[in-house]
Amino acid sequence: MFDLQSIRSDFPILERTVGGHPLCYLDSANTSQKPRQVVQAIEEHYLQHNANVARAMHLLGGEATEAFEGARQKLADFIGAAGADEVVFTKNATESLNLAAHSLGASLRPGDEVVISVMEHHSNIVPWQMVCERTGATLRWFDVTDDGRLDLDAAERDGLINDNTKIVSLTWVSNVLGTVNPVRTLADQAHAVGAVMVLDACQGVPQLPTDVTELGIDLMAFTGHKMVGPTGIGVLWGRADLLAQLPPFLGGGEMIEVVRMTGSTFAPPPHRFEAGTPPIAQAVGLGAAVDYLTAIGMAQVAAREQHITGCALRRLADVEGLTVLGPTELADRGGAISFTLDGVHPHDVMQILDSKGVAIRGGHHCARPLHERMGVQSSSRASGYLYTTEAEIETLAEALDYTRDFFTGRRPL
Amino acid sequence: MSVEAMYQEIILDHYRERHHAGLREPYQAEVHHVNPTCGDELTLRVKVENDQIIDVSYDAVGCSISQASTSVMTDLVIGHDVGGALALHDEFLEMMQSRGRIEPNEDHLEDAIAFAGVAKFPARVKCALLGWAGLRDALLRVQNEQSDEEN
Repeated sequence: MFDLQSIRSDFPILERTVGGHPLCYLDSANTSQKPRQVVQAIEEHYLQHNANVARAMHLLGGEATEAFEGARQKLADFIGAAGADEVVFTKNATESLNLAAHSLGASLRPGDEVVISVMEHHSNIVPWQMVCERTGATLRWFDVTDDGRLDLDAAERDGLINDNTKIVSLTWVSNVLGTVNPVRTLADQAHAVGAVMVLDACQGVPQLPTDVTELGIDLMAFTGHKMVGPTGIGVLWGRADLLAQLPPFLGGGEMIEVVRMTGSTFAPPPHRFEAGTPPIAQAVGLGAAVDYLTAIGMAQVAAREQHITGCALRRLADVEGLTVLGPTELADRGGAISFTLDGVHPHDVMQILDSKGVAIRGGHHCARPLHERMGVQSSSRASGYLYTTEAEIETLAEALDYTRDFFTGRRPL
Repeated sequence: MSVEAMYQEIILDHYRERHHAGLREPYQAEVHHVNPTCGDELTLRVKVENDQIIDVSYDAVGCSISQASTSVMTDLVIGHDVGGALALHDEFLEMMQSRGRIEPNEDHLEDAIAFAGVAKFPARVKCALLGWAGLRDALLRVQNEQSDEEN
């Protein structure tokens, strides 16, 4: 059962005050807070089991390796992977997507097409721009409708996914609009023309039960720090047979089989893609994060997100001058709510809210093309997680009323 | 210092009614500056004659701090000689980088001293500097073109 008070007591930071106000942390799509269990797992690893992995042959090396590879298995189980060797540890989701772009992109030729969308985070745009530039392939993208959904009709009309398409790389859940994309349908379209389907799951894996087989995808990137895990670790999941075909990304220790001065051969996946000492303690922490979320149950986490998002959409609709970017209905919608407030720049919204203990994000949220498409320079974004309360949504709404009145001169200084 | 105190009345007044806004012809130099972290953008033009700044015109999107700071800056530097305007830039920059430790000279900076409080909010310093950095860039371009012509 979902025990909110018990969950909140696992996150000591939620007891902090900011400027004399209780912290109201609504920036979880940016990074989530960490429960004591995750921090303690990292501490325990460093203080009792620390050694390098794979290459250290002593007892501690064995313990560290077991902890690191054990975390890999936990991640594999968490996302429904066929095995631990399908899970590659990286330093963050951005590196995962760069790895995907670099290694998949190695076989691109002029005339080939890569398809992304205008709602992508910069980390799912720039690596593909770079690989297209390098190989002469063409980058194309889905537009969005005015209510913030992928424009599937226009894509079909324009033959966006066609016989030239080699890679389709899309986000599962928009970090700005909250839109949940029809991944399975899109993956089927990609596969129908022989293309590889890459998924940016940064906002999906933390909030939704994840099964890579049901999603029907080939590669999936996500990050640890948005799912109550530590910073410094990301994941690239890949179908075993696809990973086995891909060339390495970074070269160095750990990723090799035999090194000679005249040339080297490479280790099988996942180690082929993990050059150098990996994020060991971070993997242990992420494993603990997976245990934490699994104990609560991802179905419960997702249901809670729906509940809080519903509360927030209803309450924010009452804030005068506020316009939500993206879907205002709960259907196929995640928890990130971006909005504009008439007459107040998002940077100023953030500043006034911060003075009241309310932490949100203001700016373009690493999605400048999407903001341009929606006709706004930037926006404010509130995003909760499993520890968010209805009272915090009320605090947010009241602080937004205050902010609007402050800047429009309705409230004396 | 409270955030309400940071937003001085002068700042809010200039935000609601920006002085010298809009792009005008003719001009000697045009620059485009952005603040990538928050997405603020500024296009700024300067018109200089006989070393006097005749006009500063601009088109900008951004927060109250960046908008008001640019507006106050145009009030200050229009009519100034180029060297004097660059000196004001340096004085404003020093105040903004002081984390509130420098007592600003009101005789020089006039309304721009309202931004002294912003210096205590490090995340907002770049906002206040956007217009000034654009002005400096534009004036240096005018100077470079003049020295190129003289050579």
